[in-house]
Amino acid sequence: MNPAATARSLQAALSPDTRLKLFTSMLECRALEKRAYDLFMQNLIKGTSHLALGQEAVAAGFGLAMRADDYTFCTYRGHNHTYVRGVSMTSILGELMGNTAGLMRGKGGSMHLTSVEHGVMGSYAIIGAHMPIAAGAAWSAQYRGTEQVAVCFFGDGTTNIGAFHEALNFAVIWKLPVVFVCENNLYMEYTSIYDVTAVEHPAADRASAYGLEPVLIDGNDVDEVYTTAMRAIELARRGGGPSLIEAETYRHGGHSRADPGKYRPDEEVQAWLAKDPIPMYRQRLLDLGTELATIEQIETETAAKIDAATEEARKAPPPDLELAEKDVWADGGSAWRN
Amino acid sequence: MAQLTYREAVAAGMAQEMRRDPNVVFLGEDVAAAGGVFKATVGLFEEFGPKRVRDTPISEQAIIGAAMGAAMTGLRPIAEIMFSDFFATCWDIVANQIAKTRYMTDGQCTLPLVIRSGNGGGARFGAQHSQAVENWAMAIPGLKVVAPSQAADVKGLLAASIRDPDPVLFFEQKSLYATKGDVPEGEHVVPLGQANVLREGSDVTIVALALMVPRALEAAETLQQEHGISASVVDPRTLVPLDTQTILEQVSKTGRLVTVEENPRLCGWGAEIASIVAEELFWDLDGPIVRITTPHIPLAAANNLEDAMLPSADKIVARVRELVD
Repeated sequence: MNPAATARSLQAALSPDTRLKLFTSMLECRALEKRAYDLFMQNLIKGTSHLALGQEAVAAGFGLAMRADDYTFCTYRGHNHTYVRGVSMTSILGELMGNTAGLMRGKGGSMHLTSVEHGVMGSYAIIGAHMPIAAGAAWSAQYRGTEQVAVCFFGDGTTNIGAFHEALNFAVIWKLPVVFVCENNLYMEYTSIYDVTAVEHPAADRASAYGLEPVLIDGNDVDEVYTTAMRAIELARRGGGPSLIEAETYRHGGHSRADPGKYRPDEEVQAWLAKDPIPMYRQRLLDLGTELATIEQIETETAAKIDAATEEARKAPPPDLELAEKDVWADGGSAWRN
Repeated sequence: MAQLTYREAVAAGMAQEMRRDPNVVFLGEDVAAAGGVFKATVGLFEEFGPKRVRDTPISEQAIIGAAMGAAMTGLRPIAEIMFSDFFATCWDIVANQIAKTRYMTDGQCTLPLVIRSGNGGGARFGAQHSQAVENWAMAIPGLKVVAPSQAADVKGLLAASIRDPDPVLFFEQKSLYATKGDVPEGEHVVPLGQANVLREGSDVTIVALALMVPRALEAAETLQQEHGISASVVDPRTLVPLDTQTILEQVSKTGRLVTVEENPRLCGWGAEIASIVAEELFWDLDGPIVRITTPHIPLAAANNLEDAMLPSADKIVARVRELVD
């Protein structure tokens, strides 16, 4: 059976319970990112933020497909990927607000969300750097024989940096249990990826250079993301080596807080808003027989959940000043001389 | 004690730790069957096998990234960057990722890894294979920096670096690989952050690192024999953590400080030591602090040009005489 047909049959077989989990996860990611945006507008979050509004299906699909002890490596657009591993909304919002409710008590900020206890091994803000690091975590899992898999998310712009190519070659020759996931949202920062890339599909068209199967999926279809993730993660877990997946998607907003995204043609934005993964999936659930009341209950609960998390995160005090000179070293301090 | 070369001491230190801890693994370019381009890791592949001693492609970001990912998840990797000049090709992973991750994650991540590298000049390799770059590393919070001058320290400091819970950049001076010294045969560990006082004097303290240490010792002998000047020679051995107490004790006794640095002039490690001594021992000084460094140039390849630029025993003697006389 060809891979597309396999994927379709897997999707058709998804249980109602799985589908509700995927829907809930996307909805919660959306609520979290919208709230992050609101808090920025209220000046309660400083610095920058890179929201993944519109890209929830990738995070939700992979999050559900991963085992509890698998590793996630995110970019600076990593709020959702962190959240779907079981990290609380409160600790993410607290980190964005730079207070003691935060995952790292404000030492990392929006671009560096990390929760080792949930397998979130960091959010990396230098393009491509985390790809060889994810390969290293996969090497460690392979060496220790734990059957853990590392999943590494990155954007389309990453496909033109050296670390992308070094990591892919390295992962293939060592047959490492790592899944590389390109979220192609069509733009680097302000520039269309197609204006600066030698091939049409920035990740998928590079796969064959490393002996990998090109995998190009609809990143806004959470069923397709989930089944693709299951296959790639299973392959890696069984010792079949790495995969490179390109998920086509779209960010509803600009690159970061400072960017209203005006460089994108209106028709393009409208076309992608019509493919918003959440309403699309909501309709699919209804078509497949889910009760409207069930969906509305999830929506109500999500709204309450984000409000409660916001309230809790807002109440937390800022970190003690002494934290600024802690934990450069494993002894907890920052001394460099006696 | 065994007589080992500096390069044999590298393999001895690694083997000691790989026998002790099965989570110690080693990766780099041409390091396995070939034993490294400087033959510093000969025998490790044979003893520990292809699972623990692994050749990589020429992909410095992949090598160092993989070491970081492995260190975050339970291994204690040793990575080799063949020539320290090549750190420039993977400096993001060293300076932005490895160095900052423990701090940024509020202590969630521990990174017990060592990056070994052939460092420094004297081998006629030209400007892209000869730099002494310890000061690059020293400028980054979160990296420990080790640069041994003798075989026993290579083994003992490498063992300590591998056991250390923090990332360590371990600089091996290429021109020292063939030098021999007594090395303890059993388990040997030299703690990081302890300077070695190699010679006690009363007129001047010479602080020298790596290849500059034998030159400083030669100079001290000449100063004593021919000029009646008594010099202390201190080898800091590790720049981070830095044993300032030992240096301060020696300088307070001699009243004069000379640093001998292989790096180009600006922002060399000696400038930091000079600044500490100036701040904390100013009233005990009998003269200006002197830094002897390579001029602020890239190194040339030709025998006479390279030799003329690196600090030599003769230059040290001359500058110390100007200072003391």
